[in-house]
Amino acid sequence: MNLWQNVEPSQLITLSILVPLIGALLVILTGKIPNLREAITLVTATILFSIVLAITDFTFQGEDMHIQVIELFPGLDISFEVEPLGVLFALVASFLWIITSIYAIGYMRGHNEQNQTRFFCCFALAISSVMAICFSGNLLTLFIFYEVLTFSTYPLVTHAGNDAAKKGGRIYLGILLSTSIAFLLLAVLGTYSLTGTLDFRAGGIFDDSHNKVILGGLLVLFCYGIGKAAIMPFHRWLPAAMVAPTPVSALLHAVAVVKAGVFSILKIVIYIFGLEELKTLATTDIMLYIGAATILLSSCIAMTKDNLKARLAYSTVSQLSYIVVGALLASSVASAGAALHIATHAVGKITLFFCAGAIMVASHKKNISEMVGLGRKMPITMVAFAIGAISIIGLPPMAGTWSKWYLTIGALEADKLFIVATLMVSSLLNIAYLLPIPIKAFFNTSSGEQKPWSWADTKEAPLPMLIALSVTSLACFVLFFYPQPLIDLINLIPGVSTEVEMTNNLNGDG
Amino acid sequence: MLEQHLAALPILIPLLAAPITFILGRSWFTWLFATSTSALACFFSWHLLAAALSDGVLSYALGGWPPPWGIELRVDTANAFVLLAVSTLSTLVLVYAKDSIEKEIEASKHSLFYTAHLLCLAGLSGMLLTGDAFNLFVFLEVSSLATYTLVSLASDRRCLTAAFRYLVMGTIGATFILIGVGMLYMMTGTLNMLDLASRIDVYESSRTINTGMAFIIVGVSIKLALFPLHMWLPPAYTYAPSAVSAFLASTATKVAVYVMIRFIFTVFEVEHVFEEMRMDLILMVLAIVAIFKSSYTAIVQSNVKTVLAYSSVAQIGYMILGLSLVSVTGLMASFIHIFNHALMKGALFMAVGAVFYRVGSVDIKAFRGLGKQMPLTMAAFTIAGLSIIGVPLTVGFISKWYLVTAALEQNHWVIAALVLAGSLLAVVYIGRVIEAAYFQEPTESQAHNKIKEVPWLMLTPMWVLVLANIYFGVDTSLTTEAANAASEWLFQNTEMATTRQEVIK
Repeated sequence: MNLWQNVEPSQLITLSILVPLIGALLVILTGKIPNLREAITLVTATILFSIVLAITDFTFQGEDMHIQVIELFPGLDISFEVEPLGVLFALVASFLWIITSIYAIGYMRGHNEQNQTRFFCCFALAISSVMAICFSGNLLTLFIFYEVLTFSTYPLVTHAGNDAAKKGGRIYLGILLSTSIAFLLLAVLGTYSLTGTLDFRAGGIFDDSHNKVILGGLLVLFCYGIGKAAIMPFHRWLPAAMVAPTPVSALLHAVAVVKAGVFSILKIVIYIFGLEELKTLATTDIMLYIGAATILLSSCIAMTKDNLKARLAYSTVSQLSYIVVGALLASSVASAGAALHIATHAVGKITLFFCAGAIMVASHKKNISEMVGLGRKMPITMVAFAIGAISIIGLPPMAGTWSKWYLTIGALEADKLFIVATLMVSSLLNIAYLLPIPIKAFFNTSSGEQKPWSWADTKEAPLPMLIALSVTSLACFVLFFYPQPLIDLINLIPGVSTEVEMTNNLNGDG
Repeated sequence: MLEQHLAALPILIPLLAAPITFILGRSWFTWLFATSTSALACFFSWHLLAAALSDGVLSYALGGWPPPWGIELRVDTANAFVLLAVSTLSTLVLVYAKDSIEKEIEASKHSLFYTAHLLCLAGLSGMLLTGDAFNLFVFLEVSSLATYTLVSLASDRRCLTAAFRYLVMGTIGATFILIGVGMLYMMTGTLNMLDLASRIDVYESSRTINTGMAFIIVGVSIKLALFPLHMWLPPAYTYAPSAVSAFLASTATKVAVYVMIRFIFTVFEVEHVFEEMRMDLILMVLAIVAIFKSSYTAIVQSNVKTVLAYSSVAQIGYMILGLSLVSVTGLMASFIHIFNHALMKGALFMAVGAVFYRVGSVDIKAFRGLGKQMPLTMAAFTIAGLSIIGVPLTVGFISKWYLVTAALEQNHWVIAALVLAGSLLAVVYIGRVIEAAYFQEPTESQAHNKIKEVPWLMLTPMWVLVLANIYFGVDTSLTTEAANAASEWLFQNTEMATTRQEVIK
């Protein structure tokens, strides 16, 4: 079913960026009437999702969709082009926007937050820039909307307006802005001066004529310049941004913002460097090991955090590096795994954040040590939490299994046993810091004296929040049994495939 | 008739109108007269740019005496482009000034303000358009004297020492230029720039010529506030009335930058200045030091006007850096930044002036809580501030893009990185003000008396500039075309730009 059959395919890109923008405007206009305002958010989100579905449909039909908006520099436009990786990210972001909107309504009202109009407006703006990032046709466009995303989410991070929010906002903006200006812009300009183009091309725009040392330097600049990917030591903005209201943390800091970062890295690796070129660079391995170190170190830090959102934040840092590592392994299977991880981690992590928010609204608990035995009062939330946790760990029957599977195969294919070991150890660490939370919530009843007095009146979270977290935890299931559409989409990416070509000595005959 | 004398009009109109404003005395009619005069000059400079873009160079013999005997006005894309920026800013500042000077200048001196402003405009236009080295000195003095007057008009008495300091430094600079021009005249017997250029070739390695060049470059460097000759600028901009700061910051130093470009390119020949005398190295080092030292000083200031003044010194560093790269792209980056910086700094100083108008102070403490009380002004400040930082979709990004491209074109990776690192310092000094405005509670005294938005006559020019910041950040065709034509025209006589690029490739 395609609602947008009659629209010129290329115009769908414009629509996907404009619809959230118009939504933001309408939200401001209807700010006085909360019910209408929320209805508009939901309608906008649904329309956007249907547009992205239509784009997906056209992508499978092999339709070529691109538009040029304006020539910013001679020979360099702001232009948009649809390619499968962007479609995947757009699908994830737009689908989860609907769910998060439902959730946000419950959360914002349940929590009596101020300035809700500004909140919903900035939210829509952020989604609009995410769509622009998804469909960006060249690095310049990607860079511009990367910055727009940073600025549009800043008011969301500082939403509470208290000292903690200000401090978090300062770190957030400081790190993201500095890295993007100092490293990313330099890398973009360097790429432009080397090749004379910034277009994303299958197989990359660099070739053997370019100096390997400079290309290696550019790779490092790109990896660190995209601060949203939170590679250590530029990861601190992510935990700092957790002062934001939970729906923001959920959508923006588990899905849109951070995924925009790793998406950019993946896109640059595939379409600017090209996987073949990447293998020959000396810094690829260095960044790979830094990524691996990030995975392990942030898992260790996550274990020390008692605040649930902080623990989830460090878990996100760790999971993001999975995608970075997947990209830098420079093997087609690992890249496929990385792309799939964008989707599977999104549904898993958003479930966890939804649960954290639900717990906060219903029982006003922020710390894990206070959640012992909570499963009896909030069974739905805690079951959803367990599902999300299992998905993040990568155990069947949850979605996270597949991405971890492909990542591991990719590491084997690239003959990087160290990375395989890292992935395995990381899974163990994930188990250690995520699973005890639902387990203690359900099975630990002995510590009766720890139960705070306020428990008597703790009930399940408001209905919209429960709907949202049920949907996402269901999605974790569904993506395990039915990941094929996403995998088909990933296989459309040039040079990336889930077909394994074992050519190394592990295969026996190689 | 008008077509024929088009080149002289942007100078003559404000020059003739200046005494009239003085006679008119103080009334709103004086303001209207001065503003429309400036608008007229702006209109003609727009025509000049269009003419220069289509026909190339326009030469106008003043008084009908043919060059090199008479004074020649030469209009090309380069100076027409800067002239357009100057006259546009002048008009906007005059619109803004009507309400702004009510609070900052004594009523009896209002007509003096308009007179001095128009004289300054005439002087700056003259400096841009003239093709005669001595005439340039004359117009420089006209604009400088008017500037000293403008700075000293403020009701804050500290402006007097600032103006005096400016006067001393400015006079030294002007004298240096005069000595330099005198030396050139001594050796060549001519003052017309083109004529000078052709005759200097004969004396290629003459010491007198080189000494004259040194005097002129140092003199102009004082005028354009190149680090470390910039010390007159921060107090002058800080204590001058806001309208004056807005005008000077966005035009006066830019014109001096143009004069430097003009002397280097049309009089002394690029090869000589940059290949043999290695001025590019000196300028490059000074420019980079200027960017970092001044940005750092800006960070630790508490007076927001001083912050912006130091920021101006840093931004001039960017312009000189573009020049010192000696390539078409580098020069283009300088020209684009001259234009773009006028837009950003004009808007920023206007916003700060608006704060002074309502709050009566420009200390960073006075900005606390203004985000709610003066939303439009602070939004203007924020957008223009983002532009200074160089955020995409603002003009600052365009400037930075070309500057870094120019550096990378010659494989100067370190300079490219330094330019971008410099903008991080801008994040800090702009960020401090924005944070105070949006995230801090107003001080006790300010919370009680209700602070309102400023009159629309102040808001309109401010927002015109802010919107121009965004418009020219998205549709770059005008600026790029004009700057490209200008720098290619300046380089066309020299083989250097092309050979230099070939060597690198």
